[in-house]
Amino acid sequence: MIHKFKLSGHNVLLDVNSGGVHIVDDLTYDLLDNVEPPFEDKCPEGVMKKLSRSYDPGEIEECYEEIVELYKEKILFSEDDYEKFALASVASPIKAMCLHVSHDCNLRCKYCFASTGDYGVGRKNMPLEIAKKAIDFLIEKSYGRKFLEVDFFGGEPSMNYDVVKETVKYAREQEKIHDKVFRFTTTTNGMKLTDEMIDFINQEMYNVVLSIDGRKEVNDRMRVRVDGTGCYDRITENFKRLVEKRGNDKDWYVRGTYTKYNLDFSEDVMHLYDLGFEQISVEPVMADPSEPYAITEADLPRIFKEYEVLADKITRVRESGRFINFFHFMLDLDQGPCAIKRLRGCGCGNEYVAVTPDGDIFPCHQFVGIDEYKMGSILDGSFDMKMKDDFARAHVYTKPECKKCWAKFYCSGGCNANNYMYQGDIRAAHKLSCQIQKKRLEVAILMKALQLMDTAE
Amino acid sequence: MKHIKTINKANLKQTAAKGGCGKCQASCQSACKTSCTVANQKCEREA
Repeated sequence: MIHKFKLSGHNVLLDVNSGGVHIVDDLTYDLLDNVEPPFEDKCPEGVMKKLSRSYDPGEIEECYEEIVELYKEKILFSEDDYEKFALASVASPIKAMCLHVSHDCNLRCKYCFASTGDYGVGRKNMPLEIAKKAIDFLIEKSYGRKFLEVDFFGGEPSMNYDVVKETVKYAREQEKIHDKVFRFTTTTNGMKLTDEMIDFINQEMYNVVLSIDGRKEVNDRMRVRVDGTGCYDRITENFKRLVEKRGNDKDWYVRGTYTKYNLDFSEDVMHLYDLGFEQISVEPVMADPSEPYAITEADLPRIFKEYEVLADKITRVRESGRFINFFHFMLDLDQGPCAIKRLRGCGCGNEYVAVTPDGDIFPCHQFVGIDEYKMGSILDGSFDMKMKDDFARAHVYTKPECKKCWAKFYCSGGCNANNYMYQGDIRAAHKLSCQIQKKRLEVAILMKALQLMDTAE
Repeated sequence: MKHIKTINKANLKQTAAKGGCGKCQASCQSACKTSCTVANQKCEREA
C-alpha cells in the first residue's frame, strides 16, 4: 500500500508497510496514479501514451525504472505481512495504570469529558488503602515487566495530594522488594500548585502534563472556576514556576484543548510558546456534536489549514535557531517503536487499566463510569480476563477501517474509547478523529522529511 | 535517483523481527490526556 499527498509545494510518497518516505517529482506522482505491481520491463504503452502529453517519453521510462527498482528493494508497494504478529500481545502483563486519586476538581471546564471531574458518579477522593492495593495489583499483574507506569489522574489529582505523596512513598518501597521501577506521571490544572508540591512533582514525576488552552480569552472561556471566573492568571504563574524548577532531564508539556471557538489554535500554540513553554500539545475537543463548542465535519477544512499554518510558524521558530516542540508533530521515521507495538497502540484494557476512588477497574480513564466496561475491583481482586482478551484482540487488523488505512502504523487504531463513545464499537474508527489525525500526520511527515533532507545536505 | 528521493531507512519490517518486547511506554491515544501517536515514541529495547 502506498499513500501520496501534495503539501507546501512538495510531493510526498509513503510506502505504508516498510515505513519508507520518499519525496518525488510531479512525473512520479502522476505516474503512480497509473502503475502498480506486477510491473513489466518497460512502462506500459497505454500509460506512456497518456502521460507523454505532459512529460517527455524518455523521462517517463526512466521514472518507471526507478519505481520498479524501489519495488524490488521492497520500499515501495511492499507487502503487509504483520498480521501474524497481531496476537503477540494477547495474555500480556499489565504494565500501566491510571490511578484516579480524585474524582473531584476545583475547575468546571465546560468541555470536561469527566463531567467536570466526578465522571457522573459523585465527587470523592481515593483513600490511601485503595491506592496501595492498586499498586499491589499492578505489581502482581506485571509479571516479567520491570518498568511500571502509574499516572495520577482525576478529576484534579492535587485535590488528594497527601494520598499522591503517600502512594509514591509506598510504591518506592515496594519496587525495591519486587525488582520493579515505577515511572510516575501526573496531569494538573495548576490551581493548587504550591512550591512544595512543585518540588515533589519535579522530583518524582517522570512526566507532568500542565493543562492550559492558550490565550487568556480562549482559556478562560472554557476553563473556569466554580464561580465561573477564568483560571488563566493563576495557572500561568504556577506553571512557569514549575517549569523553571524542573530542569531538562524530565519530561513535561503544557497541554491545551481547542474547540470550535478557537479554530485559529496555532495562535494558542504560539501564545504558549511566548509565555516560555516550549513543550506544547494542543488537541481537538472530543464532544457530542450537539454541543456549541464541538468540532464537526464542517470545521475540518479550516482545521486542516490551521495545521499547515502551525507547521509554518514552528518552522520559522526553528529556523531562527530556537527550540519548540509540538507534541503532535513529533515523529521518528527511523527509530520509533517496532511494528508489533504499532498494531495496537495504547493497550487499554490489556496492558493498561484505570482504577477509580472506589477501587473499580476499567479499561482506561475514558471508560470510567460506563458500567458495562467495569473489569473488576481492587478490593476483591476480581478481574475480567475475557474483557482483557477482547481488548487485546482489538488491533488494526480487526478494525475494518484501520486495516485498509495508510495511517494505521502511526495511530495504531486510535482511541478505543472514542470509537465506543462516538461510533458505538471499540473496533469502529471514530471518523472525525481519524481525519484530523491523518492531516496532522501528513504535516508531521513532511516536516520531518524536510528536516532529514536538510541534515543530509 | 533523479525522480525519487528516499528520505529514511524504511526499516519497519526489520523492527518486527526483534520487536514486541513490551518495554516501551504505554501510549494513551485519547485526546484528553497524554495522547500521542504511537509513532512518536522511542523503542526501549536494549541493544
